[in-house]
Amino acid sequence: MNSSQPQIEVKSVSKSYGGVVANKDISIRVPHGRITGLIGPNGSGKTTLFNSIVGYHPIDSGSITFEGQEISTLRVPDIARLGMLRTFQQTRIYKKMNCVQNMIISVSHRDEGFSGIFKQAKDRETEQQAEELLNFVGLYQKRNLISGDLSFGQQKLLEFAMALMNKPKVLLLDEPTAGINPTLINGLIDRLKRANEEFGITLFVIEHNMRVIMNLAEEISCLSHGELLATGSPDELQNDQRVIDAYLGAH
Amino acid sequence: MTSARKLDLKVYAGLILFGIITPILFPNYTSQVAVMWLMVLMAVTWDMTGGQMGYNSLGNVIFFGLGMYASAVVQISMFADVAKYTASFGAMYVEFTEVQYFTGLSLGIVVGGIVATLFALLIGPFMLGLRGPYFAIGTLGLAVAVAELIAGWGYVGAGSGISMPVYPGVAGESTFVWYILLGVTALLAHLFVRWLYSTQFGLAMNAIRDDEDKAEAMGIRTTRYKVLTWAASAFFLGMGGAIFGNMSGFIEPLEVAFPTATFGIFMVAMALLGGKGTLWGPVLGAILFHIVKEATWTYLLGWQWVALGAIIIINIVYFQQGILGWAQDKWPAAFGLTVDRGPEDQPTGDTRPEAAE
Repeated sequence: MNSSQPQIEVKSVSKSYGGVVANKDISIRVPHGRITGLIGPNGSGKTTLFNSIVGYHPIDSGSITFEGQEISTLRVPDIARLGMLRTFQQTRIYKKMNCVQNMIISVSHRDEGFSGIFKQAKDRETEQQAEELLNFVGLYQKRNLISGDLSFGQQKLLEFAMALMNKPKVLLLDEPTAGINPTLINGLIDRLKRANEEFGITLFVIEHNMRVIMNLAEEISCLSHGELLATGSPDELQNDQRVIDAYLGAH
Repeated sequence: MTSARKLDLKVYAGLILFGIITPILFPNYTSQVAVMWLMVLMAVTWDMTGGQMGYNSLGNVIFFGLGMYASAVVQISMFADVAKYTASFGAMYVEFTEVQYFTGLSLGIVVGGIVATLFALLIGPFMLGLRGPYFAIGTLGLAVAVAELIAGWGYVGAGSGISMPVYPGVAGESTFVWYILLGVTALLAHLFVRWLYSTQFGLAMNAIRDDEDKAEAMGIRTTRYKVLTWAASAFFLGMGGAIFGNMSGFIEPLEVAFPTATFGIFMVAMALLGGKGTLWGPVLGAILFHIVKEATWTYLLGWQWVALGAIIIINIVYFQQGILGWAQDKWPAAFGLTVDRGPEDQPTGDTRPEAAE
C-alpha cells in the first residue's frame, strides 16, 4: 500500500438535514497509525462527520475512502468489518450481558465463516484475550458483573475495551473522556496512547476537553458551523485566532 | 464440570423421570401432561426470539399451524387424493395400515418442521426488519392473515378443516404415542437451545436484544442471526404442530391450527412468567401456567379466563423479570454475578500495577 496515502480520506463531504447544513465541503486526511483529533463547538458537525464516515447515513456529495476503497455507499456493518469501528458519545454496550460476554461477542467478524458462528462462546483463548483487555482498562475484577450495573465511566471503559477486542485498524472515538471522573482521565489518555502504539490502531478522536486532545493528537482539525476552520498541530491550533474566536463566540 | 452444568443435568434427569412415571402412575392425566410438554415446547421456542433476542413475536402460531397442515397433507397425500379427501368432510374413510400410518406420520412431522422453517426463512428478512412493538403487531397480523388464507383454501378443506387419519392401533394407545412424541420434541428443543445459547451465536442473539445498532456498528451480521434464530424456533414449533394436529384428530384453521388468542398468547405469558431470556424460565413458566390453567378450568369454571388474565396482568405489571429473573436479582451470586477481590485474582504474568486502578 502506498504509505503517503492516508488511511481515511474525506474529500469535500457535505451533509444537510433539511435546511440545516451540518457538514459543508469538508476535507480531512487521517494518516496511518497516528492520532488525529477533531474539535469544534457544540453543534459544529463533528458527530455528523463521524456518522457519515462509518455509514450511518448517506452523504449528499463528496467522497470518503478507507485505505483507498470508496466507502461512502457501504452500510455500517460492512464498514465495521473492513476494520473501522466507532464508539458512541452516549455509551453503548450490551447492558444485560456480563463484561466478559460483552467482550467475547466483540471479536472481529471480518473473516467469520458460517460454521464459526456456532463455535463455543467460552473458548479459552478468546476468554483470555477478553480478560487481558479488561485488565488493560481496569475492569478485570468486575468481569462477571452485568455491564448495565457498572458506573457510566466504567461502561465507557468497557466500550473502549470492546472496540480493542475487535482488533480494528481504525478507531473513531466520540468524546472518550466525557463523563469520566477527572482522576481516571489521565489513565484513559495513557491507554489510548498505548492502544495506538502497542496495537498500532489509528485513532480519530472527537474531544471537548482541550487538555486531553492537545496531549493526545498529533494533528487536529477544527470545525465550526459545519465548515472546516483549520487543520494543524496542537500548537498551531491553540494560537489560531479563528479557532479561539469559534470557541469564545466572536462571530 | 461446572455447577451450572451439574444442575442442568439434574433438572433434565428429574423431568425425564417425571415424564416416564406420570403416564404409568396417572394414566388418566396422560393427555393433559402431553399438552404440558407442548406448552413447554412453545415457551422454549418463543423465548428464542422473544427472550434471548428481544423480538417479541405474537405470531409464532403461524409455524405451529403450518407444521400441522403440512403434516396433514403429507400423511393423506401418500395414500389418497387430498382434494377428494378434504372435499368429503371426513366421510371418505381411508383405512391406513400401521406401516402406512407411521410412515406418513414420521414423514409428516419432519415435513411439518421443514415447511415452517422455510416459511420463516422466507418472511424473516422482511418481518425482522420491524422492531419493538411493530414486530409484535406485524407478526400478529401475519398470523391472522395466514389463518384466513388457509380458511379460504379449498384444497386443505378451507374453513371446514381436515379429519386426520385415524390411529390404527388399539384404542387409548395413541395418547401415549402423542405423549412420547411431544415430550421428546420438547426435550430436543431444549437441548438444542441450551447448546445454541452456549455458542458465539447465542451471544450474538443477546447482543441484538441489548442494542441492535451497537451490534451492527461492531460488524455483527444481525439479519443472518435473526432469521436463523426464527427459523430454528419455527422448525421445532412446526414439528410440535404436526404432532398436535394428529393428537387432536381434527384440524381447522382458526381454533386448532392458528389459535392466536390462546396458544399464541399463552406462549408469551409462559415465558414471561418463568423469566424470559433464561434457559429454564420458559420451562418453569410453562409447567406452572399449565397447572394453573388446568386447575382453574376444573375448579373455577366460568372464572378461568379471569384467573388467567389476572396472572398475566400481575406478571406484567409487578413482576416483569419473571420467577427466575427475580431470583437472579435477589441472589446474584448464585448466578455467577460476583466481584473478584484481592490480587490473587489477577491473571498470571500481569505486571502492570496501574492496570488495577
